[in-house]
Amino acid sequence: METRTVPRIVTSRITAYDDSHTIERFLATGGYDGLRKALSMTPEQVQAEVLTSNLLGRGGAGFEAGKKWSMMRKAPTRYLVINGDESEPATFKDHMLVEGDPNQLVEGTIISAYAIQACQAFIYLRGEFALGLERVQQAVNDAYRNGALGEDIFGSGFSLDIVVQPGAGAYICGEETALLESLEGRRGMPRIKPPYFPAAMGLYGEPTIVNNVETMANMPWIISNGGAAFAALGAGRSTGTRIFALSGHVNNPANYEVEMVKTTFRNLIYDEGLGGGIRGGKELKCFVPGGASAPWFGPQHLDLPLGQDEVGKSNGVLPGGGGSMLGSGSIVVMDQDTDVVRAAWRLARFFARESCGKCTPCREGTSWLDKVMKRIVDGHGRPGDLELLRDVCDNIAPGLAFPYAMTTICFLGPSAAMPIMSALTMFPEEFERRVGSAPAGSLPGKPETAGVV
Amino acid sequence: MPTKPTVETFTITVDGREVEAEKGEMIIAAAERGGTYIPRFCWHPRMKPVGMCRMCVVDVKGPRGWGLVPACYVPVGPNMEVNTQSPRVKKAQDGILELLLINHPLDCPVCDKGGECPLQDHTLAFGPGETRMAEEKRHFEKPIPISDLVLLDRERCIMCARCTRFADEVAGDPFIQIIDRGNGSQINVFPDEPFASYFSGNTVQICPVGALTASPYRFKARPWDLDQVESTCTVCAVGCRVALQSSSNRLTRMLGLDSEPVNHGWLCDKGRFSIDAVNSENRLSTPLVRRDGELVEASWGEALDAAAAGLRAARDLHGPSTLAVLGGARLADEDAYAWAKLAKGVLGTDNVDCQMGDGLPAEVVLGLPRATIEDATWADTVILLAPDLKEELPVLHLRLREAARDHGVAIIELSSRATGLTVDAKASLRHQPGWAPAVMAALLAEGDPTESVAGVAPEALQRARRLLAPDRSVVVVLGRGSLAESAEPTVQAALALHRARPSATFLPALRRGNVNGALELGLAPGLLPGATSLADGATRFAEAWGSVPGARGLDTTAALAEAADGRLHGLVLLGADPLTDHPDRWLARRGLSGAGFVVAVDAFRTPSVEQADVVLPVAIWGERPGTTTNIEGRVTRLGQKVVPPGVAWADWMVASELAFALDADLGLESLAGIATEIERLAPSRAGLTPARIDDRAARDGLVVPLATADAPPVPGEIEANDDPGVAAVQGHVETGAPAGVGPDTGGEPGGPVAAPSSAPAPARVRPPAPSPAAGVKTDAYKLRLVSSRTLYDAGTIVQESGALAKLAATPALHVHPSDINRFSLGDGGLVRVTSSRSVATLTVMADPTLPRGACWLAFNLGSPGAADLIDANEPITDLAVESA
Amino acid sequence: MSRLAPEFEKRAVDLMALYPQPRSALLPLLHVLQEQDGYLSEDGMEHVAELVGLLPAEVLSVASFYDMFHTEPVGRYLVGICTNIACMLDGAEELLHHAEQRLGIKHGATTPDGLFTLEEVECVAHCNKAPCAQVNYRYFGPLADDDFDQLIDDLAAGALADQVPSHGTLIRVRREGSLRVAPERIAEERAIVTGQIADRAAGAAAAKKATEEAEAKRQADEAKAGAEEKKES
Ligand SMILES: Cc1cc2nc3c(=O)[nH]c(=O)nc-3n(C[C@H](O)[C@H](O)[C@H](O)COP(=O)(O)O)c2cc1C
Ligand code: SF4
Ligand code: FES
Repeated sequence: METRTVPRIVTSRITAYDDSHTIERFLATGGYDGLRKALSMTPEQVQAEVLTSNLLGRGGAGFEAGKKWSMMRKAPTRYLVINGDESEPATFKDHMLVEGDPNQLVEGTIISAYAIQACQAFIYLRGEFALGLERVQQAVNDAYRNGALGEDIFGSGFSLDIVVQPGAGAYICGEETALLESLEGRRGMPRIKPPYFPAAMGLYGEPTIVNNVETMANMPWIISNGGAAFAALGAGRSTGTRIFALSGHVNNPANYEVEMVKTTFRNLIYDEGLGGGIRGGKELKCFVPGGASAPWFGPQHLDLPLGQDEVGKSNGVLPGGGGSMLGSGSIVVMDQDTDVVRAAWRLARFFARESCGKCTPCREGTSWLDKVMKRIVDGHGRPGDLELLRDVCDNIAPGLAFPYAMTTICFLGPSAAMPIMSALTMFPEEFERRVGSAPAGSLPGKPETAGVV
Repeated sequence: MPTKPTVETFTITVDGREVEAEKGEMIIAAAERGGTYIPRFCWHPRMKPVGMCRMCVVDVKGPRGWGLVPACYVPVGPNMEVNTQSPRVKKAQDGILELLLINHPLDCPVCDKGGECPLQDHTLAFGPGETRMAEEKRHFEKPIPISDLVLLDRERCIMCARCTRFADEVAGDPFIQIIDRGNGSQINVFPDEPFASYFSGNTVQICPVGALTASPYRFKARPWDLDQVESTCTVCAVGCRVALQSSSNRLTRMLGLDSEPVNHGWLCDKGRFSIDAVNSENRLSTPLVRRDGELVEASWGEALDAAAAGLRAARDLHGPSTLAVLGGARLADEDAYAWAKLAKGVLGTDNVDCQMGDGLPAEVVLGLPRATIEDATWADTVILLAPDLKEELPVLHLRLREAARDHGVAIIELSSRATGLTVDAKASLRHQPGWAPAVMAALLAEGDPTESVAGVAPEALQRARRLLAPDRSVVVVLGRGSLAESAEPTVQAALALHRARPSATFLPALRRGNVNGALELGLAPGLLPGATSLADGATRFAEAWGSVPGARGLDTTAALAEAADGRLHGLVLLGADPLTDHPDRWLARRGLSGAGFVVAVDAFRTPSVEQADVVLPVAIWGERPGTTTNIEGRVTRLGQKVVPPGVAWADWMVASELAFALDADLGLESLAGIATEIERLAPSRAGLTPARIDDRAARDGLVVPLATADAPPVPGEIEANDDPGVAAVQGHVETGAPAGVGPDTGGEPGGPVAAPSSAPAPARVRPPAPSPAAGVKTDAYKLRLVSSRTLYDAGTIVQESGALAKLAATPALHVHPSDINRFSLGDGGLVRVTSSRSVATLTVMADPTLPRGACWLAFNLGSPGAADLIDANEPITDLAVESA
Repeated sequence: MSRLAPEFEKRAVDLMALYPQPRSALLPLLHVLQEQDGYLSEDGMEHVAELVGLLPAEVLSVASFYDMFHTEPVGRYLVGICTNIACMLDGAEELLHHAEQRLGIKHGATTPDGLFTLEEVECVAHCNKAPCAQVNYRYFGPLADDDFDQLIDDLAAGALADQVPSHGTLIRVRREGSLRVAPERIAEERAIVTGQIADRAAGAAAAKKATEEAEAKRQADEAKAGAEEKKES
């Protein structure tokens, strides 16, 4: 890898100081500088900077933050909601950000609220983040004390309140419309689109921007240094740096902020100072490239750059074709001895447990997949089970391709099919061994078109 | 401003066929109108889409090629192309059905829904073969009661959320909820808080599987035994369209039909489950005659002779003005007309009143410009000058609730107590009982209100006044908010509004099934059929009937007073029970015992029937065809499904035969004949021939008076009903009676349209002029009584409908908490109340929704009750209270 | 158990005031109720329902959706062992088995002394410390079997009382900020400000356009010059 210095954009304090979460450290290290600068600009100018940076949302879908803001319905009452529900298995970057640098998150939130002229902002944090909730609440209190929140922020005439909202244990509340339902005091069940596109019809039916914690954490730097400086990092559509949460069979499981595209999966897993290679010097069997919902990759994908399109448009493993995704930015490494059937089952079970139950294919399909997989794992597989798995997966995500088509309301359903279809396609013999006989039958072909919109 | 949107239409293509679609409409609805049924479970045409079941996926051509979309929440677009039959759609539907079935028990043979179950039907029509699920199914405890009327089998549930959405969105009673998450989700109630909704039966009807069943229907009948007729529910005057089903000459089920102008498919539980009253063992099945003080069975001949003899003697000895015919608000239109003709044309008395002193003067009801339900639901402002509609006209309550929530209709409520619509009202003017005219005057006055009026704060008046800006359309729902005060305050408030705002229209909130038809057809003092005054119609009707009374007669209260004083010598009760229904029971009791000779024409042995000298048994709903008229003046057909018990007859036949026994001939021989005579003579019904009512295009009924006598039938038809129970047997639906079963087979559908009478029609009755009267000052040492009805009561219909009987509450005196303190009463303690009529001991209940100084007691929950305390001659009822 | 005690009710009322619609405070209110009793009692849910203006059934419907809310009492310490993929790859299933042995209960159960409830949980976002556990949502890991035993001993001895409050207490930092947002008021203000900003922006845009045009012209000239240079080299 070349040796140019890449700035730490969101983890600079966390990596340098033990007390990175305190307001004192924050203020001593440029805290609120971005906010002060933003308030000296017009909201349109702030939006323009973010558009220039081409910052992609860090929550999973990877939509350009500036573009999303510009699509907001023009109504007087608008809301900003920060998505800190991080529950995607093996994703722990937001957890670090809220515990390690809560003031940065609050600053980014105020900047964004100013840019979109929100009436109120909510930081919805996963309920299990007890320490994170305390630290972000403290950061909000400190912001009030320092004049960064409340009436007439820093004398700019702009006023804002932020409410820290605890979730209560439901992965689906990370899905933005489910999150809004939850924030309205309801069961976190995703809304149907149309008509509930948050930017048009969000919280209480008003236009609402939902952005991820890490997306917000980038804002102070982008405003301080300019969108162009951010866009100068990375390549193509994937600009700047991004945190990748590395776990599984690597020597140094941790979060790493690296430059996008300029870094590859191989760098991340094997480089010194990063993953440091597979534990015990073993071989890589496969890895999950972007959160539990992502189709898996094998050793042949190691040299793909960490970029949205680079991964999305790659040649992946799904029977229906297509690549995979960086999703929530978490990479789970499995070594040569991993029982991939068990690993795939464990993820399938996660989705079955977390299905909200609103739509039939997800409510019934995920738990059926869980049951069949469990049976196979326990050695009670039957001939025909693999065909059944493929067919049930196909009924949830018709075509079994990436990007997914789906018969469900949201992406949770197809997510359950991805680990199963990945493992089954990459390692069919491990399944066949367990169901006794190897069934014949081909996989469904590539579909002509996308699915449910 | 809520105006019914005018629809923009465009063309879409469904399976290659062009369909006219309305902007904003969902694909599923447009396709269905075009004749393509897209399978669905969660979507219901009367609720907002949720997209849960995913059964409705179709292929739609978009900019990026064909794609699967759910038809239930994707709106149509111009030139949209839809394919409901592509292999991909079939595969997806098979997949969904398989997933719905993996946890569904296969107990169809013993399921109440078996035979009319969309899941079963779709599985046959669209689904895969046998199950591939090897694992155990989801288990729940088998049917659990979630209320006195509804049972829930969670294993059968497919999580479409129709029931919970209905309870929340439509009824506003979200007692049932989805509990738990994901595959473990279940429908349930909070522990010890049952699904106590007046509308719970609708969830049973719309549940697409057998998960929700009605305890009154359970196992009574199998869907395939049932054939059905269309009819109208006459338990109250909203006039919901229904399908009546029977098995072995017993009514087994009543289902709501979707009538666009009226009930949208919904029914209240009282209507739905009161078919048990029709089947009741306690129905009168044979005539009775009093002999030696006892009512004993008699033949029709004996009974009619006895009745005729008694009435003739009274008339001949004391004159026709000593006769009275009271009641008739539950008759069919034809019956009401026949009785009006008998009373006014043959007996010669104008002491005729279908109301029991608990309604409004006929001239007010008929004279004020009439609104339809639809007018109310699209008005800018609706004024409620009425009792709690949720208790008295429940489905009208639903329609107005929807109007307030979804159309933004502003509701102004003038009442002395909170009602079911209070939460949806833009202004609730809670006034002291008896002071409605003063509040109305303040609303209509010029300048800003500065002081409270009868307990209503100036700000509230101001808010309400803004909602009455001159450019806003206004509909008034008008009824008796309290039976403990005279009708006068309500009438004066309404007349004042009418004078100040002639464009305002009125929807009468009178409760009994066909009270509107009975009033219009002449069962009221001073009126003749066709909303005609005695004076205006005298010539026409004297010519047709032979004679009409010369002067205006007495209403029910006045007639009872005459009787009490021994001056009424012959009394006919037409399904009337003054002892239960008249606000002044003391007067009713004295009236009945003072009346010289009493004939009761009824279906039950009510307390008043027990006092009669001759009892004539009659048919009720489900047992006779005919027409009925709802609050709007909408005339619809009643269907006959079973035959009446014993030798009971239709009321018009009783009238006709009694006339013969009195040596007169009404000239009425068939329902069609009566309808034709009504059309010819009653000006408000000109053009309404039997053939027109039978026109398929008039399935929602026709509102009288028709726009012009020969206008084309009002378009609009009953929407294809989403309910499987109805759809599955739609082929059997008939209008009117099965041939040869009933006393009459109705008109001839499609027959020639009779020409309207050429004689000049008399003018429609006019409302009286207002005569403002001040309210009666409150007495600080007393509590002023407000009294109104509750849906479930001690009345015959509820008490004869097994499942409903126990739902009637025990009466309690509701008192504002501050008055509880003021009079040192205890919440839950006993209080002794004294009115000018009597003394009663009651339980006290705190009720902060009352104005101070007022108290509320249900009217109809038995004795001692409000009727024991009310003096019909007093404008208000004040009670002295002391802790007992 | 019971309805909210006055000080808890006060907190509940304050929380509701933070939102444009009181129902939004439902999850925080249920956390407050759980803090009081350690779980959600029927009486408590009824009280919360009254406060936010819902039926108890609606509150139960919401509460039962979320894993963190318990409608039955649980132990003072709710010990959750993650067995999701990252932890599983690092021996979480073995740790769970050990925990069951150590506490003498199956997961899902509570020790007879009411001190510990053991749960198998989904990923707690602590995967770099796999296998890991949470105790009342405070995280520990990586945990070898004896680390786990030590943790249990410390908890039982009260040695971690500061770090791990008893079950139900989630956020010990109280909100101190003061702006209570009435969305209509803010919306009105925003509309005015947006108008002013639009005016300003229009002015700025015009100025910017002028500079940009000048700049573009300059760049074009430069580029022309540059292109000529390149051609030469
Ligand atoms: C099942 C599901 C779970 C999700 N979980 C999260 C989450 O935990 N955190 C998050 O930021 N986004 C999550 N998302 C993505 C959000 O819906 C949304 O795209 C994101 O919050 C937008 O923020 P961004 O534009 O800043 O990325 C999830 C999406 C789905 C379908
Ligand atoms: S009980 Fe019936 S109506 Fe209710 S969700 Fe289940 S299937 Fe649907
Ligand atoms: S009918 Fe469309 S999803 Fe159920």
